[in-house]
Amino acid sequence: MSAIATKKKERDVLAISNKSNFIINTFFWFYTAMCIIPVLLLISVSFSDEQNIRVNGYKFWPEQFSLEAYKFLVKDWTPIVESYGISIFVTVVGTITALTVMALYAYPISRRDFKHRNIFSFIMFFTVLFGGGLVPFYLMYAQILGWRNEIYVLMVPMFVQGFFVLLIRTFFSNSIPTELLESAKIDGAGEMRTFFGIVLPLSLPVLASVGLLCTLNYWNDWFLSLLFITQDGPRTITFRMLEALLNIQALTANSNVYSALMAANPKFQMPGETARMAMAIVGVGPIIFAYPFFQRFFITGLTVGAVKG
Amino acid sequence: MEQASTAATQPHVKVKKEKALNQGYWQKYGVFYLMMAPALIILLINNYLPMLGTLIAFKHITYESRSFFENFMNGEWVGMKNFDPLFKTSDAWRITRNTVGYNVVFIVLNLIIGVGFALMLNLMRSKFQAKIHQTVMFLPFFLSWVILAYLVYGFLSPLGVLNKTIFPAFGIETITFYQDTKWWPLILPLINTWKGIAYYAVIYLAAIIGIDKEYYEAATIDGASRSRQVWSITLPLIRPVIIVMTMLQIGRIFFSDFGLFYNITRNSGSIYETTQVIDTYVYQGFLVSGNIGLSSAAGFYQAVVGFVLVLLSNFVVRRISKDDALF
Repeated sequence: MSAIATKKKERDVLAISNKSNFIINTFFWFYTAMCIIPVLLLISVSFSDEQNIRVNGYKFWPEQFSLEAYKFLVKDWTPIVESYGISIFVTVVGTITALTVMALYAYPISRRDFKHRNIFSFIMFFTVLFGGGLVPFYLMYAQILGWRNEIYVLMVPMFVQGFFVLLIRTFFSNSIPTELLESAKIDGAGEMRTFFGIVLPLSLPVLASVGLLCTLNYWNDWFLSLLFITQDGPRTITFRMLEALLNIQALTANSNVYSALMAANPKFQMPGETARMAMAIVGVGPIIFAYPFFQRFFITGLTVGAVKG
Repeated sequence: MEQASTAATQPHVKVKKEKALNQGYWQKYGVFYLMMAPALIILLINNYLPMLGTLIAFKHITYESRSFFENFMNGEWVGMKNFDPLFKTSDAWRITRNTVGYNVVFIVLNLIIGVGFALMLNLMRSKFQAKIHQTVMFLPFFLSWVILAYLVYGFLSPLGVLNKTIFPAFGIETITFYQDTKWWPLILPLINTWKGIAYYAVIYLAAIIGIDKEYYEAATIDGASRSRQVWSITLPLIRPVIIVMTMLQIGRIFFSDFGLFYNITRNSGSIYETTQVIDTYVYQGFLVSGNIGLSSAAGFYQAVVGFVLVLLSNFVVRRISKDDALF
């Protein structure tokens, strides 16, 4: 009993008073609610009745519950499933390639015995400092390579990002002991073997963090689509959501289902407002469920070490 | 005798050894160049050739040939003519003011609220609760600008919560936000901070957690109050992190987050006065209006001024704390 009491007292030396603890707690619960409530609003609207929404506006709780919006999306499911496929493909292939290419570059410039390491570090670093801007970038991909509406154009521009390469390099040179690399060499392993067999397995923390950031960048990207994808190009789910937001007609453009519905019932009214929100829920689902698990890697990634040139 | 012979053979040996060493270099390090090749090719396409492409700002491009490269080479040098419509109208002033102005507000908010959140999370007694808040705070950070635009639209649209639920309750008239310039200087910083603050809070929190507990114990024994400790121990000790994070943002003051200014405003033309920044101006001029001369000129202006600002801010960081400078 007395032991517990002293323990409590000891902790209290550095702890704040009950009152300020209460204030801080309340404040943060309020802020946390502010982060969640907008998402709840979206969910609520997607489950609401279209007519009711058009009259009474968006509500945090559906005044008239309805699944029409989702039914509409399900009827016209092919484009959504297709977009999911494209998003997954771009994200998986893009992230794996990006990680490989960046790690392969980061390793030589992390080696102190490599005499050109400074030149090659600078080549990478300079891209962080200076960029050509949108116009030449666009012309390069669209005009010179002719990749408009090609799926590569959604991946290649994010393969190499200077900041990530420097992050990986810092990890390699700080956390992989030189002795280990030397002993591998004595045992007869070539550089490639050492890299794939020793360096990569030891670098999982930084690879996980950078990989996570790449995954997010690919999944959340809409800018490359906005630039390079026109009428009939491959549409990621994020880009489809953007189109629906800017122009509600995008939901029904080229949709055979919609024309069929209109033909069957000329009075049919598209559940536009709610279908749009349902679309957003369908698109954001994976991120909302996955992020509590991966944000831990992200935080370790932040504290891996400062980037230095 | 022996000595003489070694002396005589030494130069020969040296040459041979150097040759062997050189062969050894390529044998040993040749593979490094191979490893770097893929990234170098991508850098060339993605970064270095477009850097040369900035010269387009000084050319008059016509579409005579089908090959863009030929058009570029044949384009006539026109000097600063492409910059005229930018600087002779109010465009340059407006987009520069918006870009820099918003960024200054963002930087101040990220600094004050970021440090504030970190301090409070650190003081919070229940570490479990702190963890929950930290996790939830990251939600907007991980969502794309497209989703955030939906969330904002849910509040601001004519059918949104503000116009249909909250304003009527207080007897306020409907506001058409997407047509009204005056609200955006308030909305955009709010959204930007909401999305990004978790990142800054976590970085500052990591710095605070790294501080040795003994400082606080000693201060407590000396009778320093909790707020005094924050002021005299915590803040001075995380100063380098604060400076670096802030200077990094100042270096980027000429660039803005395209998603924030394009998606959140739904690219509404009637509010450009307070929402258009250099990035969206270039996009709009180039891909929507097809004015390649004007937009490449604006892009060049941004690239060059931006570069100078990065160098300057790094110079300042170097003066304050050499270890934290980028280069």
